[in-house]
Amino acid sequence: MSGASVTAEPPPKAAPPEPSEQGRSRYRTGALFLAPAFFLLGIWLVYPTIYTIIRSFFGQSGYLGTWVGTENYRTLFTTSTLVTAIKNSAIWVAVVPAFVAAIGLIFAVLIERVRWSVAFKTVVFLPMAISAFATGVTWRIMYQQDPNVGAINALSRSVHGAFSPAGVLPSAAPSTTSLQQAHGGAMVLKTPLHPGGVALLGLTGIAPQDLPKGAQQAVKPAAKSGAIVGTVWRDFKPGGGKPGVVERGELGIPGVTVELKGSSGKVLQTTSTDLNGTFDFATVPAGTYNAGIGAATFAHPFGGYSWLGPKLITPSLLIAYIWIWAGFSMVVLAAGLSAMPRDVLEAARTDGATEWQVFRRVTVPLLAPVLSVVFITMIINVLKVFDIVIALAPDSVQSNANVIALAMWRTAFSGNNDFGGGSAIAVFLFLLVIPVLLLNIRRFRREI
Amino acid sequence: MAAVAESVRVPPPRESTAAKIGRTVAKSPLQILLVVIGLLWLVPTIGLFITSILPRSEITTTGWWRVFAHPSLATFSNYSTLFHQAGLTSALETTAIIAVGNTALVVVVGALAGYAFAWLEFPGRDWIFVGVIALLVVPLQMALIPMFRLYNTLGIGGTTLSVILFHAAFGLPFAIFLLRNFFIGIPKDILESARIDGANEFWIFLRLILPLGLPAIASLAIFQFLWTWNDLLVSLTFSVTTLNVWIFDQFRQFSQSIDIIAPASFFSLLVPLAVFFAFQRYFVEGLLAGSVK
Repeated sequence: MSGASVTAEPPPKAAPPEPSEQGRSRYRTGALFLAPAFFLLGIWLVYPTIYTIIRSFFGQSGYLGTWVGTENYRTLFTTSTLVTAIKNSAIWVAVVPAFVAAIGLIFAVLIERVRWSVAFKTVVFLPMAISAFATGVTWRIMYQQDPNVGAINALSRSVHGAFSPAGVLPSAAPSTTSLQQAHGGAMVLKTPLHPGGVALLGLTGIAPQDLPKGAQQAVKPAAKSGAIVGTVWRDFKPGGGKPGVVERGELGIPGVTVELKGSSGKVLQTTSTDLNGTFDFATVPAGTYNAGIGAATFAHPFGGYSWLGPKLITPSLLIAYIWIWAGFSMVVLAAGLSAMPRDVLEAARTDGATEWQVFRRVTVPLLAPVLSVVFITMIINVLKVFDIVIALAPDSVQSNANVIALAMWRTAFSGNNDFGGGSAIAVFLFLLVIPVLLLNIRRFRREI
Repeated sequence: MAAVAESVRVPPPRESTAAKIGRTVAKSPLQILLVVIGLLWLVPTIGLFITSILPRSEITTTGWWRVFAHPSLATFSNYSTLFHQAGLTSALETTAIIAVGNTALVVVVGALAGYAFAWLEFPGRDWIFVGVIALLVVPLQMALIPMFRLYNTLGIGGTTLSVILFHAAFGLPFAIFLLRNFFIGIPKDILESARIDGANEFWIFLRLILPLGLPAIASLAIFQFLWTWNDLLVSLTFSVTTLNVWIFDQFRQFSQSIDIIAPASFFSLLVPLAVFFAFQRYFVEGLLAGSVK
């Protein structure tokens, strides 16, 4: 390591004109060092890439199969499950990188001001270590539809319940055809009423234990002039009974809100039923009316959103996936933030910029290169997403949750064994990541 | 390059007491917000853990969060049942062999190539390196069909080795990229003087490069280990029953098998979590090397 040995070094050769004995042995050493890597890369990456591209123009089975031209690609864009996969992947690309970057940026900026940022970072970063597969299982448990079991629906229920609590008689149905259930749940007696009339609102489909407490024998009230009276009762007794007739053994339903509607359908008065089911609109001006029971009485209890159903499965997957990757984005952006020239930020603050202006005009532009790294990484990840979909989406909705990588696997393996079609999907996926690949090479070349 | 473990703090400028008090008060909503977010982030994992220690009858009828009100519901019998399930221990063994084996392979092969790209002279070196980096973005879906065929032709389909080699090959471009960039930062004098002292390249590689490159090698090893431990797609395709594939096989009746799926899933993430906590710094450094540079 002495100075003498450094000066003894031969001057670097511009280009080796004719390799000396020593030079040739250097090449040989280089080749030796690279051989294992070339073996693995050649057989597992280069050969398959070429084969898959060629294979995508051939039929279903065999080493090559029969030439089908671009048929596999046409299938890709015309088969509905595959089109769904492409659409879903587009949604993933549109939603995930933006949310991951935004959430990561917010977290990275917020934790800068907190002393225990390490603990926060660790907690948010934790899902990164967990397999996407286990994450799928985890969120599948979270998303269970029954609010008694699924945590997210339990939370939804407590929010939902505050605004629209369940009704007294969610399962009730009219006992006669003159009482009709309108869209939205309210029931209206079609028979027109005038002052002095009696309205009989019979209901069935109520289990005895669901009857409100204290219900007594139903009573048909006597008509009163200038008033509209009536009964809401359980029009059923052991053995059946006669529909529309208040009989011995049938119970009134207390606490039901009865509405009196004018001819325009507008609710004019409301009242509540007694223990024997009777109600009384004491003063009703002359005219034609309808009596009915409000929709709130029949409101079903919150049954939970179907997060794992065909409509919500993709949003559910996106949420779980963002949960995994927000930590990555946060850590990368936090590193970018800490490498940022502080004096620039301070200068902006000294010049009177508000925190928001500093963030918007200084921090974000300076972070742009790091943000683009997050975007590029996430686009690649999202295009290849597979494990979490197969783990989180139940079999019945996997065609709704389909994404390109899953479609490829389902086409080529999983019993279908269409190698031509599978190859075409793989090539399509490859084509989608090539622009990203070019960006990456440009970035890496700058460093070499 | 900051790790999670270190946070760069700028000394705050001197301020008056009033300003200090104002700042603390203004900060506390932020602190509360961050605590809430942090807890929310933990909920799914905690949910999985609690689900894994509840009897099946409880899981399918009551929410796991009720356990906080009735701690007596918790039982570890799911776990003891789990380990009596056929095939679980062998799946665990397979997963460990694959993860350790392919990590070792990637480290050795990647370090050899990384050294060649950093310090050996041969024609077209930099272009070949760019070519290797270009392979970074080849999706592994491109190789599933051809390798499936090739493995079956060679008769090694379904073997642990087939999955090890597949993972190793797909881990290589990143490994070479990471290690070459790290090795090139090793002071040239050290290598040159060793060469002049008559050391051959293999001696230099073993005695100088590997020890000096340890931080980068550690990052790489952790990444590769986690990546392959967590894999489902590759082992599923080549019909090798790793832990994840074993759990996936129970999926046919998700809610009936929940008392197996939940503990097995939680168990499967204990190893990555342990690795993550033990080597957090390397993990994050590797991550940043792969993206920020």
